[in-house]
Amino acid sequence: MAGITGKDTTLTAYADALEREAPKGRSLTQDALRRLFANKAALVSIFLLAAVILIAIFGPYFLPWPYDKIDWTSIRKPPDFSKGHFLGTDQNGRDMAARILQGTQMSLTVAGVATVVSVVIGIAYGAIAGYFGGRIDAAMMRFVDIMYALPYILFVIILVVIFGRSPVLLFVGIGCLEWLTMARIVRGQTLSLKEREFIEAARAGGAKPFAIIFRHIVPNLTGPVVIYATLTVPEIILTESFLSYLGLGVQEPQTSLGTLISFGAPVAEALPWMLFGPALFLVLMLVCFSYIGDGLRDALDPKDR
Amino acid sequence: MISYAFRRVLSAIPIVFLTITVCFFILRLAPGGPFDGERALPVNVLKNLRAHYNLDQPILTQFFLYVGGVLRGDFGPSMVMEDFTVSRLLSIGLPFTLMLGFTAFIVGTIAGLVAGALAAVNQNRWPDYLLVFVVLIPLIIPNFLMANLAQLIFGVYLGWLPVGGYRAGSYINLVMPILILAMPHGARVARLVRGSMIEVLGTNYIRTARSKGLGAALILTRHAIKPALLPVVSYLGPGLSYLLTGSLVVEQIFALPGIGKYFITAALNRDYGLVLGTTILYVFIILALNLIVDVLYAWLDPKVRLN
Amino acid sequence: MKQVLSVQNMSVTFALHNSEVHAVREMNFDLAEGETLAVVGESGSGKSQAFLAIMGLLARNGRTGGRAMMGDVNLIGMATDQLDRYRGKDIAMIFQDPMTSLNPSLKIKTQLSEVLVKHRGFDKAKATNTAIEMLERVGIPEPAKRANAYPHQLSGGMRQRVMIAMALLCQPKILIADEPTTALDVTVQAQMLDLFKTLTDDFGTSLVLITHDLGVVAGVADRMMVMYGGRAVEKGGVDDLFYDPRHPYTLGLLHSTPHIAKRAARLDPIQGLPPSLEHLPKGCSFNPRCAFAFDRCLIERPPLTDAGSGREKACFYEGPMAYGKVA
Repeated sequence: MAGITGKDTTLTAYADALEREAPKGRSLTQDALRRLFANKAALVSIFLLAAVILIAIFGPYFLPWPYDKIDWTSIRKPPDFSKGHFLGTDQNGRDMAARILQGTQMSLTVAGVATVVSVVIGIAYGAIAGYFGGRIDAAMMRFVDIMYALPYILFVIILVVIFGRSPVLLFVGIGCLEWLTMARIVRGQTLSLKEREFIEAARAGGAKPFAIIFRHIVPNLTGPVVIYATLTVPEIILTESFLSYLGLGVQEPQTSLGTLISFGAPVAEALPWMLFGPALFLVLMLVCFSYIGDGLRDALDPKDR
Repeated sequence: MISYAFRRVLSAIPIVFLTITVCFFILRLAPGGPFDGERALPVNVLKNLRAHYNLDQPILTQFFLYVGGVLRGDFGPSMVMEDFTVSRLLSIGLPFTLMLGFTAFIVGTIAGLVAGALAAVNQNRWPDYLLVFVVLIPLIIPNFLMANLAQLIFGVYLGWLPVGGYRAGSYINLVMPILILAMPHGARVARLVRGSMIEVLGTNYIRTARSKGLGAALILTRHAIKPALLPVVSYLGPGLSYLLTGSLVVEQIFALPGIGKYFITAALNRDYGLVLGTTILYVFIILALNLIVDVLYAWLDPKVRLN
Repeated sequence: MKQVLSVQNMSVTFALHNSEVHAVREMNFDLAEGETLAVVGESGSGKSQAFLAIMGLLARNGRTGGRAMMGDVNLIGMATDQLDRYRGKDIAMIFQDPMTSLNPSLKIKTQLSEVLVKHRGFDKAKATNTAIEMLERVGIPEPAKRANAYPHQLSGGMRQRVMIAMALLCQPKILIADEPTTALDVTVQAQMLDLFKTLTDDFGTSLVLITHDLGVVAGVADRMMVMYGGRAVEKGGVDDLFYDPRHPYTLGLLHSTPHIAKRAARLDPIQGLPPSLEHLPKGCSFNPRCAFAFDRCLIERPPLTDAGSGREKACFYEGPMAYGKVA
């Protein structure tokens, strides 16, 4: 399904390349990662992103206020260092810095969960299609093509309607819709691996198809999974913040960057820190992911410069 | 050409049907419903309500009743907005959403084409660098954030444009929503055009055209644009999906009376009838537009058309 | 005889990131009306770049110096819109790869007739008719039907015929053909060369034939210019150069061409690789690959000098050059 960030074009080209360059499938990925680390903008982004993630995880332990504690003495207050509200407080007197970090954590968790779900489904689907080939492959990939034509977000929203107020189920649901491109990549990789000697040897030795897939093909997918995840995580962060912004995602008292922005936006004229704090964190993460993604795109297609 | 289009139409029908089926059953079989509010309804009232909406029938009967209705253009009643049928709501919202979407589509596409082509012709000079940078902004910053910032800056601080709402004829209210919707679309088109134009301008056949002394204008309009448009046209299909996604949020933020707003409201209220109707309509529109895009692609690329 | 093109002291340089590459240096030659000049050399000798420069088709980082006089007009350094009055009309070019040189998204007739509309001011119908006549003339069967086709529906040989038709539409004074037969089957090559000969004779067009294949030169060209490392190293009549080469490089080329070398015992390719234009050897550019090189060749570059009977050569060696002695 058409996503939000347009990662699918890059990844589909990558899947095709994996299929075409049969014997070199693995070095294609390694080359790409090496070129990525040679790209300065991408490297800086990787470090910045790592810093944001570490701050989101460990930062709350160093803040004087937890994210759901109400400070009755400072409600709707701008940043105040003497009281430990470094990014101000919201209308309920809760510390914005703590809430932003909790929101970032939530956005990242959601993205992680959904990416893992989509990777698992994508590997299973793609490996089966690629390994069995022929008519099974054609039918399975045709289904993927059809799904691509449909707008992703509609189905996410339908899932919201069904699962309602359960964020975990919801983001497993996003993962269930995000796997299409992963399936394409894995299929391409499987098609090329299938012809290699060690698979033939395993088959000759009487190994069952599923044993071959899980013992020999899946372990060779590390590179593709890393590349896929790098481009998928920001897309899910965006989807999550989009849904939360519309009131369909994470609910109070839990919070996410999208939820925080949706609460900050209506009061931004009077309490600008409520909008700009979370907005800054979201944009910072997306900028980093965007540079990493661009770096990855160039790395995958070195002639395109 | 016509038989090509016809085959594409035929292949789209099962997809629409599949969508209706899957969405219908998922929504009907999901736990909870529009009448499970905070306060439990009296048993009798609930029973009457369920009978009214055919919810007491076996699920297959419900499904066939629904599909029959859809074929006649009747999407059933809205379960939350009681005085309206879904068809009535959609027929109010659809023209507006289409108008908003198409205007943004055209504005974005044209702006993207012009900007991308300008950058390509001036490759590695300042107009190119400027474009590559400017284009990043709407691609990175999510549209809901852009919309909020635009409301704050142009609506509140500068007071140039109204922050939202729409009455028939008040087109000034649509300036901001359309621009917000058009920007990411235009940015993607610009990127694509720039890339493909640079590639086309370096091809042998453009060199041939130059050797014929045709002049820059004719080379660009007759020889370069058609092949350079191919990747853009194949993007337009997914692009329409992005626009749709964008229109959900834009209609919500600017309080505009389109189906996107109904869809979100329906989702928040778990109004199954309206969610289902809107989804079917969306899928139908997307598939129809993809069809047009495919035919357009065939027109641009004689290889696709003739083989 | 009347000269239609006179190139004087032409040079072509390309600006790279932090250096310059000289693709062509100090090029001088005249092209007489109706004659065929073959320009011969290995890839990277600057032969194609020289003529792309004359046509104003260099890559963006290319710079051209010197003059290329077509009558009173200097084609070099001319503004593009002015150059467009001559390109396609008085001077036309055919490229190496017919598969990619035609626009895949336009019909053949569009690509042909637009030349006549632009340069002759024909209306569309008249231009299309003239184009179809020209297609017939270059030997395309069912020209009216082919005119409505797209390039991908034609074979490589057909496409090259279309390119020839396109170049000759305005009966140009000069036709530059850059490796016109390289991408074609051997059987088609001979037909194509015949076609060139007939058509340029009919129209009185002067032909510049750029090639690395001396076999192509033999039957078609009147005069020949051999290029090496961006410079002309030998010039003269085709027969003179074939039977009595005065530059070791020309000799080497002859020895590595199958149907000419059959008189010799075996095919004798030139040893070594063509020089990189960025790092030309000191002295004569050919000296590392030359069997006749002596100490002077390593220090001093031989200038192109008169060698009698309308010939010129750039070589210090004056002794005899027997077959089989090169390499």
